[in-house]
Amino acid sequence: MELTRRDAVAALAAVGATGGVALAARRSGDGPDRADADRDDAGRADGEGDDGGDGDALPDDETVRAAMTAFATVLYPSEVEGVEAFVDRFLDGRLDGSAHATGVRTTVGELDDAARSWYGAPVAELSEDDRDRLLREVGADTADEDSDGTLAERVRYHVVNELLLALYASPTGGELVGLENPQGHPGGTESYRQGPR
Amino acid sequence: MSAGDASRDGDRSPVANADVCVVGSGPAGALVADRLAADREVVVLDAGPRFDPTDRLTRQERAIRPSYDRPDVWDVGGERDAHSNSGEWFYPLNHARVKGIGGSTLHWQGMVMRLHEDDFNSKTERGVGPDWPIDYGDLRSYYAEAERELGVAGASDNPYAPPREEPHPMPAFEPSYSDSLFAEACEELGIDMHSVPNARNSETYDGRSACVGYGTCQPVCPAGAKYDATVHVDRAEEKGANVIDRAAVQRLEHDADRVTAAVYATPDGEEHRQTADAFVVACGGVETPRLLLLSESEEYPDGLANSSGTVGKFFMDHLFAGVGGTLDEPTRQNHVGFYTSACDQFYDEADEDIGPFKLEFFNYAGPSPVEMALTGNDWGDDLVDRLRDGYGTHVAMGGLVEQLPRSDSYVTLDPDRTDDHGNPVPDIHWSVGDRALRTIERANEIQRSVLEELGAEIEWVAGPDATGPAFHHMGTTRMSADPDAGVVDADCRTHDLDNCWIASSGVFPTSGAMNPTLTIAALALRVADDVREQLSQPL
Ligand SMILES: Cc1cc2nc3c(=O)[nH]c(=O)nc-3n(C[C@H](O)[C@H](O)[C@H](O)COP(=O)(O)OP(=O)(O)OC[C@H]3O[C@@H](n4cnc5c(N)ncnc54)[C@H](O)[C@@H]3O)c2cc1C
Ligand code: SF4
Repeated sequence: MELTRRDAVAALAAVGATGGVALAARRSGDGPDRADADRDDAGRADGEGDDGGDGDALPDDETVRAAMTAFATVLYPSEVEGVEAFVDRFLDGRLDGSAHATGVRTTVGELDDAARSWYGAPVAELSEDDRDRLLREVGADTADEDSDGTLAERVRYHVVNELLLALYASPTGGELVGLENPQGHPGGTESYRQGPR
Repeated sequence: MSAGDASRDGDRSPVANADVCVVGSGPAGALVADRLAADREVVVLDAGPRFDPTDRLTRQERAIRPSYDRPDVWDVGGERDAHSNSGEWFYPLNHARVKGIGGSTLHWQGMVMRLHEDDFNSKTERGVGPDWPIDYGDLRSYYAEAERELGVAGASDNPYAPPREEPHPMPAFEPSYSDSLFAEACEELGIDMHSVPNARNSETYDGRSACVGYGTCQPVCPAGAKYDATVHVDRAEEKGANVIDRAAVQRLEHDADRVTAAVYATPDGEEHRQTADAFVVACGGVETPRLLLLSESEEYPDGLANSSGTVGKFFMDHLFAGVGGTLDEPTRQNHVGFYTSACDQFYDEADEDIGPFKLEFFNYAGPSPVEMALTGNDWGDDLVDRLRDGYGTHVAMGGLVEQLPRSDSYVTLDPDRTDDHGNPVPDIHWSVGDRALRTIERANEIQRSVLEELGAEIEWVAGPDATGPAFHHMGTTRMSADPDAGVVDADCRTHDLDNCWIASSGVFPTSGAMNPTLTIAALALRVADDVREQLSQPL
């Protein structure tokens, strides 16, 4: 099943992000968004071991996008297509200057550090099996989400549930389960009246 | 932003020469304020904040994500909202209210029915509980007005509803697919289904959007299609009312027969005194009696307006009765967050032994897949398999049951625990009698028969042992013609104080089994008319 632009817009709507604005800015090559002002790409250039929490150095947009897309291919069912464009569009609206965006960046940065130290490569370069294993090794499969919690809880919040929420609040994600108007998606007042197709 | 607020620009100081001070900006307070604001100087004080309407989608995310509890969605909890539970039955108070501009309607479900005629005459018609000092006829035109004010989508296909004089302001929502499955079973059993009134726009109404199907009505409607009391707060402000948020009233100053000032605390730690000619207390069914008890004095040693000793007494809620299960076919649940069909057929069979109850056919039975997806140890193909397994074939019926007023069910102050201002917190001592428990069983019996007729495998029953409250706080400042038997008179004015009214389900002498807010709204409009009339005479 193909994820479309409409799905990304719907996923953003479900979490209150104004995807359209950020999307336009980035696509027209306007340069860095607000959060980029704080970032320090250089400090992240080569592997720094596992001292992931070393301060303000946040991964840049491309690193976050690459890692999140890589995780999405693990988290989403194999029948879903168009994952990269979907995640990319979703993050257009999500990686704004908010505290939430900083949480995503920080957590992805820590996961990238862990990937480097345990597997010798950043998340985006790991095999699908290794990405799956990495998420389980940090404990994100059994952790309860918590945006201020342990690494496992933050990964569950900012990576795993972030991406699952995006998918399953979108019409295509809902349809995978037989619900084309999932909670969080303003899909109108027709579908509840219609019988199974 | 509206006129009243913009002119004061966040100023929380008292308003000079106020005619009316309304305490609480839920639907009760907001409707009173709106109705009086055009030609009176009105000030509204609310303990909670003014929420930013653009935050609603973020609050919706909280509603879906597992790390937030329901009270977190509207920032309920903490020291401000501390409370105790000394009763046999636990009462989850902070799931049952919101503090802030708009009050608990920010969170509510928005089902709005009129009480039945017999509900006003429980003693006479059913042999239990007191009669109200007013009857359906006294509220009938106010009900119609309340339906227009809130914006109610409904139809006249319910043969069991009390008489009405005009259609609802908006057409009812069409029945759901699962309603059509229930309809076949109900027809076999001779059970009537009919539409149900929703304070939710089936079409654009009053400048507010039609429902767009977000499906998170309870606890938040991002579209503004579900009515909430910010509608009337905004309108009151446009007419010139001053609305002060984060202004928790600590006590009502008074002399023997008049309230003289509402003393309120602001976030900067200051206390202010708002004077007015008339006071309308609209803090909900728990905080209203608490504020009266906190305002005790030499004249009123047991609490303000409490000469009858009934302030806080007779706390009631509706009890939930439900049965759910699965079919071996798709049932198309969780597209929208409200229900579209109900059954009031058994309501007026109520007597001494069995109370009135109403039945609901859910459109949101079983889990929501997106919420399921965020909990569990799986992802990828395993997760989608689990979701397909868990979603799709659920059905459920709910229902509400009347609880009678009892002297062992009450709200009082807990002397051992204080809130963020050092005031004793409310102690909910909730007790439920046998009649309500029997009524739950009776509702379950019918619900079970419908599900069995449908061929459902029954998976859960919310019976007498697993029931819970519907979050409707009633009875705690009872209305009675007799000053020794109630707090307010038939006009909702306190017997003790000439210039103090209570707008709240706290005034209900009995609860019926219909969701209370349409009746709260009708009474609030009536209170506003009485305040206007009294203000036009020397008080
Ligand atoms: C989850 C949920 C679902 C519900 N669903 C339905 C439904 O479907 N149908 C229905 O009819 N009803 C429903 N209700 C109940 C409905 O929300 C209430 O009946 C209604 O909001 C009561 O209106 P009110 O104005 O009396 O009180 P509230 O709406 O509770 O407002 C009271 C206000 O007073 C303020 N206040 C309290 N103390 C003070 C003080 N000391 N000083 C200043 N301000 C103070 C509070 O901050 C609050 O804003 C539901 C409630 C909940 C929680
Ligand atoms: S389904 Fe509920 S939350 Fe969604 S728009 Fe309609 S009323 Fe609002």
